[in-house]
Amino acid sequence: MSIAGLLPQLEVVRKDFPILERTLAGGMPLVYLDSANTSQKPQCVIDTMVDHLERHNANVARAMHQLGAESSEAFEAARDKVASFIGAPSRDEVIFTKNASEALNLVANTLAWARGDLALGEGDVVVTTEMEHHSNIVPWQLLTQRTGATLRWFGLTEDGHLDLSDIDELITERTKLVTLTWVSNMLGTINPVAAITRRAHEVGALVVVDASQAAPQLPIDLAAMPVEERPDLLAFTGHKVVGPTGIGVLWGSRAVLDELPPFLGGGEMIATVAMERSTYAGIPHKFEAGTPPIVEAVGLGAAVDYLSDLGMQHVHAHEQAITAYALEGLATVPGLTVLGPLDAAQRGGAISFEIEGVHPHDVAQVLDSRGVAVRAGHHCAKPAHARFGVQSSTRMSSYLYTTPGEIDALVEALEYTRSYFRLGDS
Amino acid sequence: MTAQDLDALYQEIILDHYKNPHHKGLREPHEAEVHHVNPTCGDEITLRVHLTGEPGAETVADVSYDSLGCSISQASASVMTDLVIGRPVAEALEVHETFLTLMQGKGQVEPDEDVLEDGIAFAGVAKFPARVKCALLSWMAWKDATARVMEENSK
Repeated sequence: MSIAGLLPQLEVVRKDFPILERTLAGGMPLVYLDSANTSQKPQCVIDTMVDHLERHNANVARAMHQLGAESSEAFEAARDKVASFIGAPSRDEVIFTKNASEALNLVANTLAWARGDLALGEGDVVVTTEMEHHSNIVPWQLLTQRTGATLRWFGLTEDGHLDLSDIDELITERTKLVTLTWVSNMLGTINPVAAITRRAHEVGALVVVDASQAAPQLPIDLAAMPVEERPDLLAFTGHKVVGPTGIGVLWGSRAVLDELPPFLGGGEMIATVAMERSTYAGIPHKFEAGTPPIVEAVGLGAAVDYLSDLGMQHVHAHEQAITAYALEGLATVPGLTVLGPLDAAQRGGAISFEIEGVHPHDVAQVLDSRGVAVRAGHHCAKPAHARFGVQSSTRMSSYLYTTPGEIDALVEALEYTRSYFRLGDS
Repeated sequence: MTAQDLDALYQEIILDHYKNPHHKGLREPHEAEVHHVNPTCGDEITLRVHLTGEPGAETVADVSYDSLGCSISQASASVMTDLVIGRPVAEALEVHETFLTLMQGKGQVEPDEDVLEDGIAFAGVAKFPARVKCALLSWMAWKDATARVMEENSK
């Protein structure tokens, strides 16, 4: 079956991902619909990492030998590739971290230690939203607890959008920082980052964007954004953009990164160390203490190159086409309710839903017996679940390699789940 | 997992208890109430125990609960209340121990129907490490609540 917007030569693209060929227990073909959790990896990423370990392995920035030079070059080339992938105004503004959580914690921790303009204290406000992943909630709870600042929240509308009706009460002269996810990992909602950033900048607040779900599926071009609408800091993780685990990215504007104090102390992040005091390296190394995840960074470089070669506008179109097809299919399952926007144009590829009478864990377990891999639980978004009065949900999440046939398999497996738990047609 | 594994996991007994849970709902009187959650999946239970009898020789007079969770955790709570209500605490704790051994046995422990009754249906769950915690949630809550009452009684 072909629907408009799918990646051309989808079957060829799928061949790039060796894991999609495998079968599961009982000879079931794999239907992988858990890409918002982690994406699968194309052969070129695997090969690049193996090649680096087999031929170029050495520590970076300190080894005065050929392998050290090759490894350093590959590591810094990965930084260039990531910078290009997100359209960073400067490649030095790209900091490698362990994952998106560490990137967000880096910002929240260094802000807690900041003096001067960036310092937070009593009376200051940090604003987040009810649809955040726990990774973009807890660091800000810690920051506000440590500084005496107040944490406030954008609520959600019934249809799963940010409720911006009280934006003028939330974003005021006292607001020092606004943080939000670009695309919700649970509701799929795509948030108006540019408009909120513009409003926050009017009051002089910093804007931190969690792009963990956006980077895999939306074209991002930071340099092309008007500076008033460009976030100050943006985080995402490597393993959701067909790269390996263990590597994440924090992008920040040079002005902010220069002003923030160091995060972890150690090798590589210094200019000079004396017993009385040390001085620090410039960005990005100022925030990269210790030996970094070198082969992971190199793998991430190959991953974002792979996505750029496909074209992020095409990946986005594919996700929208599959998401629309999935929403249609899910609507045919009796007793199924989708949480979040029902218009594919306004959402990403993660679709969370409930089935009346069957708990999400049981849904996921029965789907697994049919080879269909989904996620069940609170998806690290408990406040968003609480907002909609549900304890947990089942989530299917597609990606650039997902076919309409796999969506059909999901819908069929959901019908089977209903019959397995003896639910009628009403 | 295969369709066969699925049937081993979801025994008819489990589905029956899930559809029609026994002793569900919070009741008075009670001497202790606990709230346990499973942080990985969010399943939760609020559980009350009512013990009667002399300190050191109490009997489980009632166990009532309110819970949210999957079929395994719901059915397990239902079966647990069937097994412990009306028994001397010491005996109920032995049943608890037997159930725990079954669940931690990775599918290698042969369940004793005389002791566990409907609880033997959970033998299949023991083969799925991710689901063992679902089956144990209510049992752990009961043991915790019971220990609290016993400690209070012994003062």
